Amino acid sequence: MDEQWERDSLLGGYRVLDLADQKGLLCGKILADFGADVVKVERPGGDPARRLGPFYKDIPHPEKSLFWFAYNLNKRSITLDIETIDGREIFKRLVKTADFVIESFPAGHMQELGLGYPELEKINPGLVMVSISPFGQTGPYSQYKVNDMILWALGGMMFISGDSDRPPVQVTFPQAYLHAGSESAVGAMIAHYYRELTGEGQYVDVSAQECVLWGTWQIQNSWEMNQIIRERGSHQGLRRGTGVYISNPSVWACKDGYVYGGMGGGALAAARVSAENLTKWMAETGEAGELADYDWSQWSSLTITQEEITPKHRLVEAFLAKRTKREIFEEGLKRRIAFNPICNAKDVVESPQFAARGFFVEVEHPELGATLTYCGPWLKLSETPLTVRRRPPLIGEHNEEIYKEELGLTDQQLVNLKRASVI
Amino acid sequence: MEKKRVFEGVKVVDFTQAATGPLATKYLADNGATVIHIESRVRPDVARVSGPFKDNVSDPDMSAWFPNWSTNKLGITLNMSFPEAKEILWKLIMWGDVLVESFSPGVMGRWGVGYEGVREKRPDIVYVSTCQMGQYGPWSQFRGYGTHGAFFAGFPELIGWPDRLPSWFYVPHNDWVSVRTLAVALIGALAYRRKTGRGQHIDQAQMEAASHLLAPVLMDYAVNCRIQTRDGNRLPGAAPHSAYPCRGHERWVAIAVTTDEEWQAFCKVIGEPSWTKDPKFSTLLARKENEDDLNALVGEWTIDFLAEEVMAKMQAAGVPAGVVQTNEDLFKDPQLRHRGHWVVMEHPRIGPYSFDAAAFKLSKTPMELKTPGPVLGQHNDYVYREILGMCDEQIEDCLVKGVFE
Repeated sequence: MDEQWERDSLLGGYRVLDLADQKGLLCGKILADFGADVVKVERPGGDPARRLGPFYKDIPHPEKSLFWFAYNLNKRSITLDIETIDGREIFKRLVKTADFVIESFPAGHMQELGLGYPELEKINPGLVMVSISPFGQTGPYSQYKVNDMILWALGGMMFISGDSDRPPVQVTFPQAYLHAGSESAVGAMIAHYYRELTGEGQYVDVSAQECVLWGTWQIQNSWEMNQIIRERGSHQGLRRGTGVYISNPSVWACKDGYVYGGMGGGALAAARVSAENLTKWMAETGEAGELADYDWSQWSSLTITQEEITPKHRLVEAFLAKRTKREIFEEGLKRRIAFNPICNAKDVVESPQFAARGFFVEVEHPELGATLTYCGPWLKLSETPLTVRRRPPLIGEHNEEIYKEELGLTDQQLVNLKRASVI
Repeated sequence: MEKKRVFEGVKVVDFTQAATGPLATKYLADNGATVIHIESRVRPDVARVSGPFKDNVSDPDMSAWFPNWSTNKLGITLNMSFPEAKEILWKLIMWGDVLVESFSPGVMGRWGVGYEGVREKRPDIVYVSTCQMGQYGPWSQFRGYGTHGAFFAGFPELIGWPDRLPSWFYVPHNDWVSVRTLAVALIGALAYRRKTGRGQHIDQAQMEAASHLLAPVLMDYAVNCRIQTRDGNRLPGAAPHSAYPCRGHERWVAIAVTTDEEWQAFCKVIGEPSWTKDPKFSTLLARKENEDDLNALVGEWTIDFLAEEVMAKMQAAGVPAGVVQTNEDLFKDPQLRHRGHWVVMEHPRIGPYSFDAAAFKLSKTPMELKTPGPVLGQHNDYVYREILGMCDEQIEDCLVKGVFE
């Protein structure tokens, strides 16, 4: 059965040693989802990411972290302290049969431990080693201390996020390290493909800052071309020169939450069509007011005044306030009005679209006596579908399988290692 | 002898626009694949019409985005309303190893090149479909860009302030996360095809990819019935933790203090003012209780300094801090310069400007930016004549009819 499953997955049969903590967990998760045998190498006592909430039933416990669960589904776990001499020796033995190593230590740390790429390459020339660090392995900031928010700031995303009259913001559920983890998976795959061709591994040096920076692509050329500094608050109105706003919010309160839709027209054909169709809908229940006679092709973002916008905005506001997110969206689909719901977690989990595609999957956790809902396949592949093969591992759950069955360590050796906190 | 590049010899038919599709195939183009990107003058790519434009000239060949997103690709124009165009598309499909499309579900089928039809003639092709919602489902006809997708996936709910409407982060966020998993799947499928000779259909719903970046939040609802919401810059277990105003217009520095060590170092840097000894702020729990007051006090210190100064002082003392960089700052950032992130290339209409290098460095097979994304139809002649072997008469005929628009 194992062989069959390996044949039917993209990375079946490939072994990953995943040393990363929350700064890189997503990389190993992606490879695991595509079929790789990902072994999470945790320090004895458990990976620090197990301390991150939210928690199952709000019980803070290393075996109940939903954050840990989400990003370690499909992985196995061993405990190993590679800071120790014995730990490093065992790690090198594991490297012999590994295809990938992923790590997210501070730049240069693996090298200091004698486990840098040059050393590991000697042990296994086919190894792909992926190092995820805040700024890359070298450079003036490479030893800077950061967290997710600091990377979001230095990568350029923070400045363009939030309301114009309040400080720039991070996303309340931090994203920078998830960007880094997912980008790293691409680097790993390119190196993997090269290895398939030639048998040679290589080193993949990822800068989390650059991963965040890629997310700002729509803004950076503005400065170079036109010396425009992109600022936050585009959802709040039209900018006329630096710091001057004509208020024209695109976020609207509705009966059960919020929707997003731009009010515009003129040269913006899509906006004009949407606005015309919205006005038609409003007119059906006599709620269009002055909009019924308004010619949306007259609208010009460059010249329209606040006095002209505000009454139109009020009419739309009142109309939307009476309707639910679902209603507005589904009518919008029918009538070609570009308003979409601003979904919260409940909307996403209960979305009929996700249900129709079977996106959410149920995974049993016998230790909790519960079945938990997880995000499922990243995409659908017709020959090599992505599957859930195992729930996220308990701390060191696979020590026996790996240490005894694979490496042939004896019970006595394991006792010694345990007492010395190597595993 | 020049080393063989990773995807050398791999042939990609790129029938995508906007961001997700083009950026996924860009990884292949930047690593040696031959990528033919199909566009049409009658249906210009959003990346060409959205600017920023050189000298503010609104022209599809003067937008700085498109060339950055389609480096190393060959560009052709093809108007699908002609039967000749459909024949040419089939020729391309027969030529390629990979076909990537980002149309609304059903469009490719109506042109006679849906997956089932293509598979009959090319069972080995890797056929990739990517769109907001996926190829089927009640909302699959929604036409949107990554901006819209981010609303569906739940991001704005988690951006901004608890006393305000959901806020926004300006960019079509969904695109960036979808790109990466699409590239992983595509490269994996190519490797699988090398081994087995088998192609397959990859169906991506960009929203599904994006949801993974909020997976714990979604699980919090599914498991604990909690709907998480925005909370400014707060982070459990850290205080101070926010962006603080500095000297100058819209200059900010982000500071994150988590451990006792960092707190003590932080207090030293700001000169050990008496308020730091106040029981209101001396423990983490106390600081979380009084976080608004804390942030105001920190801001009163930072406002006298340049953001760069605060970052330097804090980093020297071992406290995580970073300038909240603008797009201008990014160009001047010494670390990005060290990484060689900005690569200047000459564009035939725009002239020289900076392109982004990859966020990862491969030690043996570094990616190379050789050419900027093409101007419209730049490689029509080369592709139609040299690659597809069309003769002069056919090409002339198509030109006259408008097939190459």
